[in-house]
Amino acid sequence: MGGERSEASRNLWSGVLFGLGLVAFIDEAVFHQLLHWHHFYDKSTTDVGLVSDGLFHAFSWFATVAGLFMLADLRRRNAFWLTRWMGGMYVGSGGFQLYDGIVHHKLMRIHQIRYVDNVVVYDVVWNIAALILIVIGLTLISWTRNKSKKRDEHMR
Amino acid sequence: MNDHRHIHQIGQSGMEHAMGILPQLILAMPFLLVLIGYLFAVIYSSRRYKPWPIYRTACWILGVLLALISVAGPLAERAHSDFTFHMIGHLLLGMLAPLLLVLAAPITLLLRTLSIPKARRLAHFLRGRLSRLYTHPVFASVLNIGGLWLLYTTELFSMMHEHTLLHILIHFHVFAAGYLFTVSMIYTDPVAHRLSFLYRSIVLVLALAAHGILSKFIYANPPAGIPVEQAERGGMLMYYGGDAVDVIIIFILCLQWYRAGRPRVSSRNSVAAQTE
Repeated sequence: MGGERSEASRNLWSGVLFGLGLVAFIDEAVFHQLLHWHHFYDKSTTDVGLVSDGLFHAFSWFATVAGLFMLADLRRRNAFWLTRWMGGMYVGSGGFQLYDGIVHHKLMRIHQIRYVDNVVVYDVVWNIAALILIVIGLTLISWTRNKSKKRDEHMR
Repeated sequence: MNDHRHIHQIGQSGMEHAMGILPQLILAMPFLLVLIGYLFAVIYSSRRYKPWPIYRTACWILGVLLALISVAGPLAERAHSDFTFHMIGHLLLGMLAPLLLVLAAPITLLLRTLSIPKARRLAHFLRGRLSRLYTHPVFASVLNIGGLWLLYTTELFSMMHEHTLLHILIHFHVFAAGYLFTVSMIYTDPVAHRLSFLYRSIVLVLALAAHGILSKFIYANPPAGIPVEQAERGGMLMYYGGDAVDVIIIFILCLQWYRAGRPRVSSRNSVAAQTE
């Protein structure tokens, strides 16, 4: 029983790590490199913003790779559970996007989403999208939790 | 404008001071020696044991070549007057070359080349307190990233261009610290104390973060005597170039975790497969 529960939580964490890494990667590839909306550095960046950005950037790089290796580990143990993993992934991506949108962009002023007049529109879309991702993720997670409970009862 | 020209002059005169042929030779010599030594050891030890893997030899040759071009020759000379090229040199000497050299497993090669008593003495030294300290992830990270913070945020950077000895010491430090850092994170050679993957991962992420933060700090606050646009280009190069090398280190660390955690069932199968 304990083994199964730890496998369920490892599916979740693998998803969270990969989701966080994925959204950070999209942020870098699409908004920094392709669209050039985000700036590498903004004069209004606070010191704590610089530190937080550095930590999250390094961690997201690590999380992408580590999340995928955890997935490979689950697969070779025949313990991969797609729905639960997706739940973790949505929460990870939404969580990071929300942190990026509220704390990085607004509180620490690392850089804005785009350097235009009505940036507030971008902010609203950005953060609502993040919330939607989190809601989808939480729904999947609670759904899989019920399912694993039922499975436990069934086995008894 | 005036300021800019003045800065340029400092760079030019610094170049005459530090970049004679002698410092280039002094920095290049150790790399040439270890290149030859490694190749001899490969040939000698492969007579007695199974052949040394070709990809390890290739890693060593490539790593030494990258280190060589960053301390001597046209790139090294250009690096002295242009910060962008300085940063290319830093990425090669402090990150990519050390990674390749670590992947070449020189200590393993040395241990199988030496006579048994000598190999024992080396193993004893590697287990000793000194090598434990220098290959500890936290110590190596502070040596590596802390050294860079010191170099780029103090007078040290402009002093390096004035004094030949300082130039040699700093370049040697950048390489050695990069090597120890890589050794402390990924275990291809025998290590004195094996620290858990989680522990190494946490230190690695913190060190990478400090490297990224320093890159953006350089972008925003050019080191003394560096024109703004060179600092911006150099900072971005350090940030993204660092990411490119870091992801290889992360990948290898995770791969070693994946291999170490092989489920028992499949290992039994592989043992069975071997005995069949």
